[in-house]
Amino acid sequence: MTLKDLKPGQSAVVKKLSGEGAVKRRIMDMGLTKGAELLVRKVAPLGDPLELTVRGYELSVRKADAEMIEVELKN
Amino acid sequence: MAITIALAGNPNAGKTTLFNQLTGSNQYVGNWPGVTVEKKEGKLKGHKDVVIADLPGIYSLSPYTLEEVVARNYLINNRPDAILNIVDGTNLERNLYLSTQLKELGIPVVMAINMMDVVEKNGDVLNLEELGKAMGCKVVSISALRNKGVAEASALAVAEANGKNDTVVQHKFSEQVEGAINSIENLLEGNVPESQKRFFAIKLFERDDKIRNEMPEKAKNLDVESIIAAVEKAEDDDSESIITNERYNFIQSIIEAAYVKRAQKGLTVSDKIDAIVTNRFLAIPIFAAAMFLVYYISISTVGTAMTDWVNDVLFGSDPWSFFGLVEVPSIPGIATSALEAMNVSEAIQGLVIDGIIAGMGAVIGFLPQMLTFFFFLAFLEGCGYMARVAFIMDRIFRKFGLSGKSFIPILIGTGCGVPGVMASRTVENERDRRMTIMTTTFIPCSAKLPVIALLAGAMFDGSAWVGWSTYFLGISAIVFSGIVLKKTKMFAGKPAPFVMELPAYHWPRLIDILKSVGERGMSFVKKAGTVILLATILVWFLSRFDFGFNYLPEEDMDSSILAAFGNTLTWLFAPLGWGKWKAVVAALTGLIAKENVVGTFGTLFHYAGAEALADSGDQIWPQVKEYFASGIVGYSFLAFNLLCAPCFAAIGAIKREMNNGRWTLFAVAWECFLAYCVSLVIYQVGGLVTGEVSFNPFTIVAFILILVGLWGLFRPYKEAETLSDSQELAVEKARA
Repeated sequence: MTLKDLKPGQSAVVKKLSGEGAVKRRIMDMGLTKGAELLVRKVAPLGDPLELTVRGYELSVRKADAEMIEVELKN
Repeated sequence: MAITIALAGNPNAGKTTLFNQLTGSNQYVGNWPGVTVEKKEGKLKGHKDVVIADLPGIYSLSPYTLEEVVARNYLINNRPDAILNIVDGTNLERNLYLSTQLKELGIPVVMAINMMDVVEKNGDVLNLEELGKAMGCKVVSISALRNKGVAEASALAVAEANGKNDTVVQHKFSEQVEGAINSIENLLEGNVPESQKRFFAIKLFERDDKIRNEMPEKAKNLDVESIIAAVEKAEDDDSESIITNERYNFIQSIIEAAYVKRAQKGLTVSDKIDAIVTNRFLAIPIFAAAMFLVYYISISTVGTAMTDWVNDVLFGSDPWSFFGLVEVPSIPGIATSALEAMNVSEAIQGLVIDGIIAGMGAVIGFLPQMLTFFFFLAFLEGCGYMARVAFIMDRIFRKFGLSGKSFIPILIGTGCGVPGVMASRTVENERDRRMTIMTTTFIPCSAKLPVIALLAGAMFDGSAWVGWSTYFLGISAIVFSGIVLKKTKMFAGKPAPFVMELPAYHWPRLIDILKSVGERGMSFVKKAGTVILLATILVWFLSRFDFGFNYLPEEDMDSSILAAFGNTLTWLFAPLGWGKWKAVVAALTGLIAKENVVGTFGTLFHYAGAEALADSGDQIWPQVKEYFASGIVGYSFLAFNLLCAPCFAAIGAIKREMNNGRWTLFAVAWECFLAYCVSLVIYQVGGLVTGEVSFNPFTIVAFILILVGLWGLFRPYKEAETLSDSQELAVEKARA
């Protein structure tokens, strides 16, 4: 499953990132790397983007970019 | 000898506050050459020979975003003597990611861990010694907000800079990656300076071509592809991602060794605020209320009252009363009496009062409103709400190539385009920022309201739909420009996806807000002021002199150079339905200030009633109605004036924010071009429908324009993933 499929309140671990170049690098620079734990906090009022907690801070990611992040659900 | 210390750190790490603490009032604010990224420098307090260079807030030294490229070019090419790396102690993991990259540059680094007081209050423990050992650099704890440890941090940085010690990169990657990098290092041996060897080796491993091209000839042509490919195959990932992963793995190992986090606590204050502020149902009402408040205070009431006072009283014609105590003459009043006393000619008096002083008034008049608004803007940015604005509005605005933050410039643009354009600085992505600068002035500002009232009153019996339709027209122009332009080569390319930090809320320092307000105000006066002043004087000169350079009284504007100039341009506007010189001249004087359109019509129709001409020109409505003959022509004129180049003050602001002559020209040209096309379509197609315009070559042009417009809107395109040519160009320039 990808990050896009997660519901608010769900935690997951990053498995793999697809995509390449600037987009992938930017996402990884912000701490979404293989093995990173994340928690989906909420979805923006208009339905996009998402708000996550990763590496102890809040990050917002668009659903289109979230689709590139493969995750594994935690508990 | 003078030394330079670069201040580097993540956005929201407290860098601005630290910079202000380090330099006090001794700052110089500018732009990195050719790009819209702000550049700040200042002298370290008490050290005349130490320059602190504030780098843009960045998360990484990747080659993909403009801020990062600007920062790393500076670090590589200018090689500051030391780097003071500010690190947010409450957000250690992500902040250290940049630190690992800074360490590799071979420049001495001092890490200042900010917000340590908050870390301690949370009950967390950070072992600074352990951290310093792991990172291989000096580490101090500071609180920029409370000015604690700041002096120690800067003293350490100065000592490091003077020491000229070779720095050691302490952190190691996994065995396999380390092996590959070591082999590249061996190849580089002797080709690059020893202190930069590891940096270049890592960059070669990452296939960073921008750095490769900067390297000495021999090193540039090294073939390391087989070394990289072997690791990539083993790790099943690209080399750039492998390095990024390795960095975070290394950081995790430090955190485990040096950081003890107290067991999970409940929600933080920031979480609690966000539970309400970005709540599904409350977010938009709260946003609307916040925006209303900002607008109400800075545009509707306080700001405008002050701006009106400056324009109408200080720069008015009559003396004003200082709290009923003394009569103080206005600035033009003082100048008039002085010039009369000196007995200078009427033309010189006109030049000084209607040209120079009016031009200065145009610059200074905007300031009070602007400063009030900048105060709110700096507060919204400083406390962290601005990131939430982008979070809430992103979905709507990204469709038009704009940022969620573009909402604020456009909203403020309904009051005045000048602060609106300057508010675009909060937009983080350069492409979105340029688009925002270009489109903000499409929305009708308060100075355009008299023009709308004039045409609505004269041509449409004051119908309310005219006013509403102009807002619709403005919004459509923004949306249309956004969608069409983002597909063009100039805007193509998307340097970074929308992956944005939502920083913890905090109360900003008043002094930092005031500094930011002062800076923005000054940069408007300095960078935009000259353009505004010169253009105002020029148009004044053209409107008050004839070709024999005789000075004309105002009512004789008919025989001025400007009138003659307007006359030669009538053919250009004939396809728009108003190819008549009075209309052209009125539109030209609108460049000084849009409300001048009304006054110019008053002058040109020789209005000589007992009472002054109303703002909306009520008294000349019959003449205007007769002049434009039909509603379609009137609306075409109105649409042109609303969409075309804004007033000189706004053009000055555009120039200031674009920081680039070509982009300024392009922005103004696009606005005029779009205005022309829209008015042409309105007149030709509208006229054809009502039967007042017969089929002519321009009817075909109008339909072609509609088709081209539709094509621009709907043609498919793919978002690129690298910096575009124009951005590359800007980056090249920044390097030069």
